[in-house]
Amino acid sequence: MLRLYLKALTTGVLTEPVPYIDKDRLLETVGLELKTAIERKFSRSLAIRHIDAGSCNGCELEIHALNNVYYDIERFGIHFVASPRHADVLLVTGPVSRHMQAALLRAYDATPAPKWVVASGDCAACGGEFGASYASCGAVKNVLPVDATIAGCPPSPLQLMQGLLNTLKVL
Amino acid sequence: MTETTKPNGAWDVFMSELNALAEDQADRRTLSGVDMLMLAPENWGKAAQIARSHDARWAGVWAEDLSGRFSVDCCLECQGRYLILRTAVAAEHPELPSHAPFYPAADRAERHVRDMFGIRFIGHPLQEQRWTRHLAWADDEFPLRKDFPAQGFPQASTPPDKDYPFLKAEGPSVYEIPVGPIHAGIIEPGHFRFQAVGETVLHLEERLGYVHKGIEKIAEGRDPVSLAKLAGRISGDSAVAHAWAACRAMEAAAGLSCSERADYMRGILAERERAINHLGDMAAMCNDVGFAFGYYQFGRLRELWLRDNRTLFAHRLMMDCIVPGGVAVDLKFDDCAAMKETIATLRAELSDLIKIIDANSSLEDRFLAAGVLSPAQAQALGALGFVGRASGQIFDVRKAPGYPPYDQLDLTVPVETDGDVAARFWLRYKELRTACRLLEQMLEQMPEGAVLADWRTPEAGAEGFAAVEGWRGEILCYVRFDEGNRIARYYPRDPSQINWPALEKIQIGNIVPDFPVCNKSVNGSYSGQDL
Repeated sequence: MLRLYLKALTTGVLTEPVPYIDKDRLLETVGLELKTAIERKFSRSLAIRHIDAGSCNGCELEIHALNNVYYDIERFGIHFVASPRHADVLLVTGPVSRHMQAALLRAYDATPAPKWVVASGDCAACGGEFGASYASCGAVKNVLPVDATIAGCPPSPLQLMQGLLNTLKVL
Repeated sequence: MTETTKPNGAWDVFMSELNALAEDQADRRTLSGVDMLMLAPENWGKAAQIARSHDARWAGVWAEDLSGRFSVDCCLECQGRYLILRTAVAAEHPELPSHAPFYPAADRAERHVRDMFGIRFIGHPLQEQRWTRHLAWADDEFPLRKDFPAQGFPQASTPPDKDYPFLKAEGPSVYEIPVGPIHAGIIEPGHFRFQAVGETVLHLEERLGYVHKGIEKIAEGRDPVSLAKLAGRISGDSAVAHAWAACRAMEAAAGLSCSERADYMRGILAERERAINHLGDMAAMCNDVGFAFGYYQFGRLRELWLRDNRTLFAHRLMMDCIVPGGVAVDLKFDDCAAMKETIATLRAELSDLIKIIDANSSLEDRFLAAGVLSPAQAQALGALGFVGRASGQIFDVRKAPGYPPYDQLDLTVPVETDGDVAARFWLRYKELRTACRLLEQMLEQMPEGAVLADWRTPEAGAEGFAAVEGWRGEILCYVRFDEGNRIARYYPRDPSQINWPALEKIQIGNIVPDFPVCNKSVNGSYSGQDL
């Protein structure tokens, strides 16, 4: 147990400064803007329900990374929820596979208004590598009204944060 | 290289028995260096029976519509060598004896072929039960037939697949838990049906196919560069491995070899992919039993390597780095030096962390003896990668049959036999250390030279087969070219297709709350199995 505390202490707090990727302190700037927007428009708390509607899992890996110690997105007031009933925003990834169409529509219906749909990643935004076919509806907008899109294959954690910020600006 | 040559007596006996079934004794073919046997359709089932009696592993089945007939291939592995069985069935009467009575791994794979081509596998216990198809196309439509357009004939809205016949359990106190397709986390969709009494799971049935995107169909007509790009998106966590398998198969069809440096670069990308995924899964396994310390620490190490990937290869998940003919990225001398330093750092960090993990009794309590896959079960299912190797299966494509650059490296494949969550955790840790050693060797030995060879258009009809060891295990890939450098057929077999049924076995007798960690310890790809 001592080793654990020692490791935790020597690892230290990694969350605040991120010199690694943003010499211009981009992450913090984006984060703080995001936080301000969430404070103003969502009373400090934005609840996101992520739905994989047919993704290759690349987008999910990067959304996961938002919760690691470096990005720690909860500090800006964003948290990922387990039920669409608790969500303000549906963050949809992947082209919408036809086999997921009904589940996506049900999740949308289960989300209380006001609600917003963000199509995240190239597949969700425009169909990406898979497009529309006998098995895929293509972009999310072919199935649901979409309020904003985030480009990238997959969008990196920083691109996701910037994309969410842009979304909040247009809401 | 201290590996002694295995006596191939068992292989020879195996082959001589199968050879007796072959259609034309003089017709000895190979596919990309792999032995191939042409069989009459009526001998198809018999061949599987013989293979089973020799403990050969059943690795996959795929078909192709050759207008008027369907060509069907089955891949077997025995003693670290592959064998491809091939037959043809007439389009008017597309039936073939099933391999499922001899090999459980053939169950879903044959149903996939049935759903996509309309080939019926006689003797399959679930012959009429669809697998990949939900309700997006009709039961008399077969998307991989040539006369089926890629756009299909979709309805405005695909109805939910609510009538799938799940196994039922009845009796006092037996209840059912349906989970998914949308799960309560940031994960891929699929459906799990549990039958439980109290906390104990009696039975788990998986229903997958929700993220079926028609990958095999939309691969048709692509050029090699475009196919490699698609392959990198079969399963986003295996972007390198799938692209490597597709490129090796296409290169085999074109009769093209990569430069030695390109092989090393591919090896470096693949071992980095192994490392980031094992780190991510070790973090997630800690998280699934509420051990936040492990979650944050392993997650931190993963993020550092993702950032290095971005600096070195311009993509955190290394997508599109492997291209036909070689790689689209290269390492400068300074990059190699920097990578060696990060490897040393990772190793030191892992040594710190593993002592803490090892001394944590609550973690031990959750991991040990949870989710056991016995060596016998693993063997029967043909379990692959770390799932198989945590249950005593030694197979690793890098070791045997082997491929460059691994055939020039000193590689020890770690194996455990307990088959529980703890064994799969430890095995990942050992594979991480192995990946570090392989990376160091590759950085040390990598020759100078070009990393991309000029592409050579393969002849129409040229075929290629390849296997690589992705981080999840063996990936198989088959391609056939049409005229004009276009893909006629592409079939990628993700290890998840084989390993998903293992999770059903693993969960039996375990408590419901242990499902997340049992699932994560296997971590099958939904996208890779659904295609």
